[in-house]
Amino acid sequence: MELIFQGIIKAFELIVSFDSEVLGITWLSLKVSGIATFISLFIGVSIGTAVALTNFWGKRLVISLINTGMGLPPVVVGLFVTIMIWRNGPLGFMEILYTPYAMIIAQAIIATPIVMGISLAAIQNLPSNLRLQILSLGASRLQMVWVLIKEAKLPLLAAVMAGFGGVISEVGASIMVGGNIKGYSRVLTTATVMETGKGNFDIAIALGIILLLLAFLVNLLLTQIQQRQHPR
Amino acid sequence: MRILKTFKLTIFIMVLILAASVMSAQAAPKQKNIILATTTSTQDTGLLDVLIPIFEKETGYFVKTIAVGSGQAMAMGQKGEADVLLVHSPDAEKKFVDEGFGVNRRLVMHNDFVIVGAGSDEAKIKNTKSAAGAFKLIAVAEVLFVSRGDNSGTHSQEKKLWKAAGINPEGQKWYQQTGLGMGQTLNVAAEKKGYTLADRGTYLAMKKNLGMDILLEGDAALLNIYHVMEVNIAKWPKVNVEGAKAFADFMVSKKTQTIIKSFGLDKYGSPLFFPDAGKKVEDLGK
Amino acid sequence: MKSKTLIKIENIIVERSGVTVLDIGELNVQQGRILALIGPNGAGKSTLLLTLAGLLKPSQGTLYFQELPVDTNVGRAILRRNVAVVFQEPLLLNTSVYKNVAMGLKFRHLSNGEIKRNVENALDYFGIRSLTKRSAKTLSGGEAKRVSLARAFAIKPRLILMDEAFNSLDPPTRETLIDDLRHILEETKITAVLALHDREETLRLAQDVTVMADGKIVQSGTTSQIFNEPDSEFVASFVGTETILEGTVKSKNIGLMDISVAGKTISAVGDFLPGQNVYCCLRPENIIVSKEMPEKISARNVFGAKVQKVIRQGFFYKLLLDCGFPVVAYITMPSCDDLGICEGSVISASFKATAVHVMRRE
Repeated sequence: MELIFQGIIKAFELIVSFDSEVLGITWLSLKVSGIATFISLFIGVSIGTAVALTNFWGKRLVISLINTGMGLPPVVVGLFVTIMIWRNGPLGFMEILYTPYAMIIAQAIIATPIVMGISLAAIQNLPSNLRLQILSLGASRLQMVWVLIKEAKLPLLAAVMAGFGGVISEVGASIMVGGNIKGYSRVLTTATVMETGKGNFDIAIALGIILLLLAFLVNLLLTQIQQRQHPR
Repeated sequence: MRILKTFKLTIFIMVLILAASVMSAQAAPKQKNIILATTTSTQDTGLLDVLIPIFEKETGYFVKTIAVGSGQAMAMGQKGEADVLLVHSPDAEKKFVDEGFGVNRRLVMHNDFVIVGAGSDEAKIKNTKSAAGAFKLIAVAEVLFVSRGDNSGTHSQEKKLWKAAGINPEGQKWYQQTGLGMGQTLNVAAEKKGYTLADRGTYLAMKKNLGMDILLEGDAALLNIYHVMEVNIAKWPKVNVEGAKAFADFMVSKKTQTIIKSFGLDKYGSPLFFPDAGKKVEDLGK
Repeated sequence: MKSKTLIKIENIIVERSGVTVLDIGELNVQQGRILALIGPNGAGKSTLLLTLAGLLKPSQGTLYFQELPVDTNVGRAILRRNVAVVFQEPLLLNTSVYKNVAMGLKFRHLSNGEIKRNVENALDYFGIRSLTKRSAKTLSGGEAKRVSLARAFAIKPRLILMDEAFNSLDPPTRETLIDDLRHILEETKITAVLALHDREETLRLAQDVTVMADGKIVQSGTTSQIFNEPDSEFVASFVGTETILEGTVKSKNIGLMDISVAGKTISAVGDFLPGQNVYCCLRPENIIVSKEMPEKISARNVFGAKVQKVIRQGFFYKLLLDCGFPVVAYITMPSCDDLGICEGSVISASFKATAVHVMRRE
């Protein structure tokens, strides 16, 4: 208990003193996971919606795959990405192993199925005739999709928050493809693991608290958007 | 609706800019990147946190320090996924060089291993002088021993000692392998009140939180020797050969060696490493 | 008065999972008129509506809109722009009433001023201007229905299609809505095709009726044609002809037939030849019930009847009579009480020769 208390005090110290290393790590966590979530948002919502609205042979199989993807072990993703991008891998020429760029890619791969699966369910959950109703009012296919997405705003934003939550807290893939390099590819989660390994529990707990705070603030913002009622 | 579309477009552009800035952060010309594969002990003690910035400032290189066990570090070298190695597993290193993966193996520094454990010393190893002897006592008493079990330099040394003691600890109930780094393994041993073999540097750095004592030290078999090796470009053409050499040269340079000599002195009262560049291995510890 | 054909269907077949759900040889929707589609569940009414709306692509056949064939995706998109569909569920978006009604107008990229004008107009039509700023989720069933109707009318479509629009409403709400809708349709002269469930709605709203069953058209015509001259037993029972009797024509004399039914004779207007097997159809409202003895009544068809059953039907009674053949008659509550009619009563049932609708019987 005392340890946790120490950790809270340490967290407070680090934040208030604007410790530059901690600030840097926090900012990088936000950047990397934020960008990865954005990417997953665009790919996940568009493909999820497309699959929900079209009928094709093997649709159920595809949906199973997407749902399975939601539970992809991040460490396995990290391993596969590493093998792809290391020097002797097929994408080795890009030289992105041990860079934040690689972390963004790995995290995007982790988050996308989550966003995709929930978006798919969200769109499928809309009344089945709504699509026809919108089309019958003269909408083009694109306009219709846009209206449906807006109508499913609540669950779609939940999808984004689930995706973000999944990657801001992720450590296995981030360590593998990022290398936890000081000042460069070190993020809150990887730093926490390292400090724990070094035995610096107070710093580790402090970093953990900062991570929770960061996640909370981001989700607060997203929840505001999600819960905003119409009409104003 | 048009406003929302523009909003989305703006966000998208911002994302691209952010992504570009992240990319440009590593846009220093490719040859400027050096991948250093090293052990957790050099990172956990904080030595590299002091040396690397100095090196980078002097040379303009960007060093990507990947701290894993000596075993994994050499595996990376074997695959050409690292440029230079700083490790402490002499037997495996010799094999590495013999097989042609490493060149220019140079002695950098040493410290020693110590056997640590709970102050109560259940197996009573304090009374022995030899490390192998202590291991035998632990095995006979069947007291918990926590091993790193990760093919690191520390783990290799530990295996040598078991062999010298004539014991095979594999599969025994009192022998637990964590597969983790030195710092974490020490934490586990402290938590479970078991024995473990640790490099002095990491132990000292973590001493205040552990509550463990040094129960045996000084045996020559406990010397922990660090070498730097450059990965052979003949095997892997993509290796940054100049960068690797620059770093290796830096590690054995007089200036660096002086820094190593006094590292840890003010914090722990004794240095964590002893600089040895230029010496012969046989002369160490004398 | 001959009006132009707005939509024509020729030999359209719609298949779903290999099963034919719609098979229409020919259907004309006349401009400015209101057509009702009636039939049992699964008859294909909704499928036909979706096809007319350009929302469903038929497996075979052609649809003509204003004499031009619609057989490409582009053509169907153009058709959709001229048509509005109102489904059984209001299907409103989770936003304000104003924004819901404006939806179709927004798709057409009208200016904000034009949108406002059209939306307010449509809201006024349905008397829901006061709901403009309300959130759609807070509306009652009737209000939501009016909003979805206003939304359809706001885009001023050439054709409006409604699928069982009144089903989920309670009777008083339905009453008012049907009245308002009829007025609006008459005023705006919009062509409408309504899939209806209820005979009463059909009679009140529609000028033309098409009866469907199993994906096919069974009979088409004006409302009075369908209701008073059903050409099959199926249609007859569907439109509420409660008395259908089997008989044979005995003799014919200048447009008047004597038909033998269960040993008795019914006089009916028509042109079938003696020996022809026929159905005689009687609507309950055309049967006159009285306590007078049959001999004293001057109508052509008078029969003594015993009341088998008295069934309460809303504001009047349905009488199941036995005249030697079963007859169903309606009587108002006051009349029933006046005449002291109850089960077992002996009364007279009479009806005009012109009230008997005769159909060929195979």
